[in-house]
Amino acid sequence: MAKPVLLITRHLPPAIEARAARDYDARLNPEDTPRVAADILRLAQGADAVLCCPAEKLDGATIGALPATVKVLGTFSVGYDHIDIAACRARGLPVVNTPDVLSVATAECCMLLILAAARRANEGERLVRSGTWTGWAPTQLLGTLVSGRRLGVFGFGRIGREVARMARAFGMEVHYRDVARVSAELEDGAIWHEDDDSFLAASEMLSLNAPGGNATRQWLNAERIAKLPAGAVVANGARGTLVDDEALIAALRDGHLAAAGLDVYDGEPNLNPGYLKLENVVLLPHLGSATRETRDAMGNIVLDGIDAVLAGREPRNLVR
Amino acid sequence: MRPRLIVTRQIPAAVAVRIGAEFDCPWPEGRDMDAEEMLRQLAATKADALMISSHMKFTGEVIGRIPDHVRIAATCSVGFEHMDVAAARARGLPVTNTPDVLTECTADLTLMLILTACRRAHEYDAIMRAGWRRGFGLGEMLGTRVWGKRLGIVGMGRIGQAVARRARGFGMDIRYTDQQRMRPEIEQGATFIPDLHALLPECDVLTLHAPGAPDGRPLMNADAFARLPKGAVFVNAARGVLVDEEALLAALRSGHLAAAGLDVFRNEPAFDRRFAELPNVFLTPHMASATVETRTAMGMRALDNIAAVLAGRPPIDPLWI
Repeated sequence: MAKPVLLITRHLPPAIEARAARDYDARLNPEDTPRVAADILRLAQGADAVLCCPAEKLDGATIGALPATVKVLGTFSVGYDHIDIAACRARGLPVVNTPDVLSVATAECCMLLILAAARRANEGERLVRSGTWTGWAPTQLLGTLVSGRRLGVFGFGRIGREVARMARAFGMEVHYRDVARVSAELEDGAIWHEDDDSFLAASEMLSLNAPGGNATRQWLNAERIAKLPAGAVVANGARGTLVDDEALIAALRDGHLAAAGLDVYDGEPNLNPGYLKLENVVLLPHLGSATRETRDAMGNIVLDGIDAVLAGREPRNLVR
Repeated sequence: MRPRLIVTRQIPAAVAVRIGAEFDCPWPEGRDMDAEEMLRQLAATKADALMISSHMKFTGEVIGRIPDHVRIAATCSVGFEHMDVAAARARGLPVTNTPDVLTECTADLTLMLILTACRRAHEYDAIMRAGWRRGFGLGEMLGTRVWGKRLGIVGMGRIGQAVARRARGFGMDIRYTDQQRMRPEIEQGATFIPDLHALLPECDVLTLHAPGAPDGRPLMNADAFARLPKGAVFVNAARGVLVDEEALLAALRSGHLAAAGLDVFRNEPAFDRRFAELPNVFLTPHMASATVETRTAMGMRALDNIAAVLAGRPPIDPLWI
């Protein structure tokens, strides 16, 4: 029997492409050419499954125009903002994603941002690389001790809780803010705040781990930043839209905030040029989950889901 | 009358405030001075005590010229390679350092170096500073996940233990080597491997927390690096002399090591510039203790030592007894 046909829109890690090629008649994209909806519709002719990526917008019209042979849509991401899920449901097209597997790598990145920002790591890096380092001095590049500080986690989902677990290993006292209090087991000693004011006042270090969207748009604005303790450190490894960039830049410039670490930006891959003029920011290009281990795990879970649908089984990573 | 003190290096504000309150000091905030000026100031002010840092080369020759009215020299550092302790002892001058207070700060920086090295933070920062403006493919610019990796700790003293505590938060599987096995409550499940060469093949990440060898020979030479698994990550926030830098450069260039995080170098600040040409290293300028909190604690500890000796008590952290 011929293998089912799987369209993979972008170049994926070698182990994942090898698995796809073993199990499917896989249509790969080794040049990693970006695909638009029209490309996908063309390339999906006769395909049994499509594995897409978050850069591709699959709106209702595109979903409706997918060939009837396509029985499952996978996305190489946790989020599915780029897919019209209602249109998929209307068409009876199951969608599978990559939940859970990004949490630790993303949380790891948040801790990196907190530590590197608080300890002025990139300023130190630039000093060393520039060749202008004149030696150790007792007051040179003094940062903020992370160990033993109060950490505020905004958004206590899987990633936020993972950040909390890592932070506890640094002797940090964890506070969190979310729409509802979580169970004592998930809390694991973290202190819930019912309102922003007490949460912000407690957050010597603030880690943003909430989802994007309108409900949280520019949550970290000038008014809330002012309620953080003087000298606080902010890390955003979640969504660029959570932050009012102008307000954050102003607070970093006037010294109310000691430092910030950012992996995500409103309007990325562009970013507010004001950040590039600051010394006290650590900037990463949205690579929070970018580890080989995580990308392999993402590829495996989404292929598991596609395998399951095509075999007539219920996938555990079905988007509902 | 308040005791007279000379401080030969700038110090954090809170330490200066205490000096201003408790001592008679011409520059309570500290003033960067060389040995000749230090000797002049000690004589001119009839100083009772001296506070230095690792910046001051406190050689036998300098110690021999310290006026007799100086009753203690406290270095505001944990290391004391810059001091000739034997010479200080020979002339009966108490000298002290500031141990303990750097532990948490150094362990924080060590984890930071593990994370920044594994997650390619230098390259990511360079991309951002160049303006970014393009997304990455899903297989592009991938780093190494820290979570769940095997961490080797060379030297399970206070700092090694503090690193182990933090690493457990990342689900790391910890093994260590030291002169002897630690008690179970310190080990916390970490595996003791007496021989460094037996430890190395079992480490995805290796971090050094050992003192320099008395014979000055590097612990990590070409043979030692070759014993680490391919793709391992190496971190040193302890001592530059522990490493054969030629061998480290070769291992980073060949790709045998995926990355390194370095806070210390054999020659500081004139470190080997070839490190700065590598993308897969994260380099910091010996800043393991560089937080306001820790540097303040170090200054206070040095003053505690000075106050003890001037009050006729033994020093808290004597470098000779």
